[in-house]
Amino acid sequence: MQKNIKILKIDYEKCTGCRLCELVCTVKHDRVSNPIRSRIRIIKWESEGVYVPISCQQCEDAPCVLGCPAKALTRNEDMGRVEVDYEKCIGCRTCVSVCPFGAMHFVASDRKVIKCDLCDGDPQCVRFCEIEAVRFVETTDLGLQKGREAARRLQIAERKAGTLLEAQ
Amino acid sequence: MALNRKIAYIDLTTGDIQVKPIPVEMRKQFIGGRGLDAYLLYNHTKKGVDPLGPDNVLMISGGLLTATCASATTRTHVMAKSALTGMLGSTNMGGFFAPELAWAGFHHLVIRGKAEKPSYLFIHDGEIELRDAENIWGKSTTETQWAIREELSDPEVKCLVIGPAGENLVRFASVLTGIKDSGGRTGMGCIMGSKNLKAVAARGTMDISIAHPEEALEFNKRFIDQISSSKVNQTQGTLGTPFIWGATNSWGGVRARYFQYNQCEYADDIEPEHLDEIATETMGPYHMAACFGCQVHCRARYKLPSGPHAGKFDEGPEYTTLGAFGAMPDCRNAETVLTCNYLVNQYGMDNLETGAMISWAMELFERGILTKEQTDGIDLRFGNDEALIEMITRICNRQGWLGDTLADGCIPASKKIGKNSFDSLVQVKGMNNLHSDERATPALALNVATASRGSDHLRSRPAIDLYHLPEPVLRKIYSSPVPYDGPLSSEHTEYEGKPWQVFWQENCYMAVDSLGICKYHTVFLGATHPNFEDWAKVIYYNTGLELTPRDIWDVAVRCNTIERLFNLREGLTRNDLKKGDMLNHRYFDEPCLRGAPGVVGKKIDKDKFIRMVDELYEHKGLDKEGVPKPETLKKLGLESEPSHRL
Repeated sequence: MQKNIKILKIDYEKCTGCRLCELVCTVKHDRVSNPIRSRIRIIKWESEGVYVPISCQQCEDAPCVLGCPAKALTRNEDMGRVEVDYEKCIGCRTCVSVCPFGAMHFVASDRKVIKCDLCDGDPQCVRFCEIEAVRFVETTDLGLQKGREAARRLQIAERKAGTLLEAQ
Repeated sequence: MALNRKIAYIDLTTGDIQVKPIPVEMRKQFIGGRGLDAYLLYNHTKKGVDPLGPDNVLMISGGLLTATCASATTRTHVMAKSALTGMLGSTNMGGFFAPELAWAGFHHLVIRGKAEKPSYLFIHDGEIELRDAENIWGKSTTETQWAIREELSDPEVKCLVIGPAGENLVRFASVLTGIKDSGGRTGMGCIMGSKNLKAVAARGTMDISIAHPEEALEFNKRFIDQISSSKVNQTQGTLGTPFIWGATNSWGGVRARYFQYNQCEYADDIEPEHLDEIATETMGPYHMAACFGCQVHCRARYKLPSGPHAGKFDEGPEYTTLGAFGAMPDCRNAETVLTCNYLVNQYGMDNLETGAMISWAMELFERGILTKEQTDGIDLRFGNDEALIEMITRICNRQGWLGDTLADGCIPASKKIGKNSFDSLVQVKGMNNLHSDERATPALALNVATASRGSDHLRSRPAIDLYHLPEPVLRKIYSSPVPYDGPLSSEHTEYEGKPWQVFWQENCYMAVDSLGICKYHTVFLGATHPNFEDWAKVIYYNTGLELTPRDIWDVAVRCNTIERLFNLREGLTRNDLKKGDMLNHRYFDEPCLRGAPGVVGKKIDKDKFIRMVDELYEHKGLDKEGVPKPETLKKLGLESEPSHRL
């Protein structure tokens, strides 16, 4: 039987934009506070009040893995993540270019690429996100969960429409 | 690491910039943020300095813990001599500016002189540039920020800006970052305007190493769990600070029609639940937003649903906005309050002072002290929403006789208006009080009377006094880190023991203002919140600096004493109505007319009030005139001044 893996699930509409995830990410990985080193980033349109967390999606068929000329990026099926082998990495930043999410980063001061490693199974961004904009969930029934939320909205709309019809 | 963040001395007249380290010894004495700013202000200004002149010094800082792995440590502090009060100017705001400044290598900026033309400072990774701001002069606070980001081609730049009100030297102009994170009190935006300084932009990518990262991370998690488990923060995270409005108004602690009533009746439209509906309708169910690293998320995002600015995006409104533009001018409708909120944010004006000034003018108008000629034909009655909105713009632009007069602040305005207008002015040290009514709460009255920056609730308010906590609980809170075995009362209408609570809160708030922590993470609204004991640990884990809870307390007492010394140097006299620790006679003469049974009829007993001030002075080590005793100064290491160690 296929082992069920866990993934980082981002519900961006819940994000309050506090960037605590960026902070704890860098403290955990680099023992410093510095969002430029964070594997997760909150992209903001401040003038509209829109905040969107962006992190590695650990793609099944990852462009970074395909694009890496040094074969430094591989998919670790057990951990459900894409990993960088720094022994092999030549620092060409192809992965940064091809990532469709902008989730590969190049830290200029260290001259190396960084990406989310899911904190080896205990993602700190998830642990600290009280509002659960970022969650670590099993892939089973991922769609069903979203479907349930959509169904709830439909149900409310239906009820409202019903009230209006009655009022007529 | 946090301890190697620097201090920059910037002279806008000459363009000279000097960068210096902050010695650890200074950290131990003053910590950082507001505490260190107070020391710098005292030592870098001379007695009687013209607040609007080049010799006034503007301090912008983050706290010691800013941008470390400590929860909610994002507060930016701004200090200078205030042009509103002629005394200590100090203001504090949330948002994302201070951490960016820290990642750019700095904790403190000391800005003097006056730029030849409109300018802004750009601070990035240890570098400081003075740049031309002629193209952005005149722009609103948010337009200014977006224009600077555009010019610097970096959407991550964080700016501290002034709006048109600051440019026009409105004495209560605010400094603002983001959509609505404002430092309004004491008008620091006016000081920036007087220096031709439109903005300070920061962008930082420098590491702040954490002394003990594993412990810091775990302790932060504990902190967060502690805060999040409290009902007060859960409510705040849902309804924002307006939740306080509902509770306070119901028992009669909100001033309506300036100071005529202590409750705002028939105000359903501005109840927090209705404002929450507006935010939900315009921004969806998840509309709360947070400052950097804070899980309380007490700011609502919303779009104005109607009115002249319908569809515009804004944040808030806050508890104070409801009082300033709802209760005090008696304009009890959401559209008006939200429109006013939008205007003061865009113009860069203190909402409290703006609302209070207009409401005071309304009272004067209704009493015939202000004439229709003086208001330029505006029918400035209470409850005239259009007049309220119009006056905000007029004050910002100093338009018309009244707009220009009110823009100068309450005491100069009362001189210009004359005819006993000063008599009705609810101010202390030249600054209007917020909309809270302290006639039934002696502890809170003592707080506003003795606050170092004029009538104000965020310097020493024992807000938990209203919870009627059992005496043993109060004793647990208030007898640490220094022992206290004097009286404490659970009854908020009592006078006994209140001076100690005010003294304790004053030191608590100074400590967190120096560390950069938000007051919502302290014993302000939540009795079980982190305390001196917790801060000692969080300082050690994040910076490696070893301070005991008692050390932090001593720093707070020291810094509060310096603020006192500054005010005394600028003319503080105990019972002076304009420059002293004294309340307007209305507190003593006019009883509360509305509210809970125990509140109706209450007013402040003047004799008891004076005894409270005496007692507070004793706790603070001051003599009967409010001057620090020689032994107090010696104990705090302040006996030889000015010391100029930085």
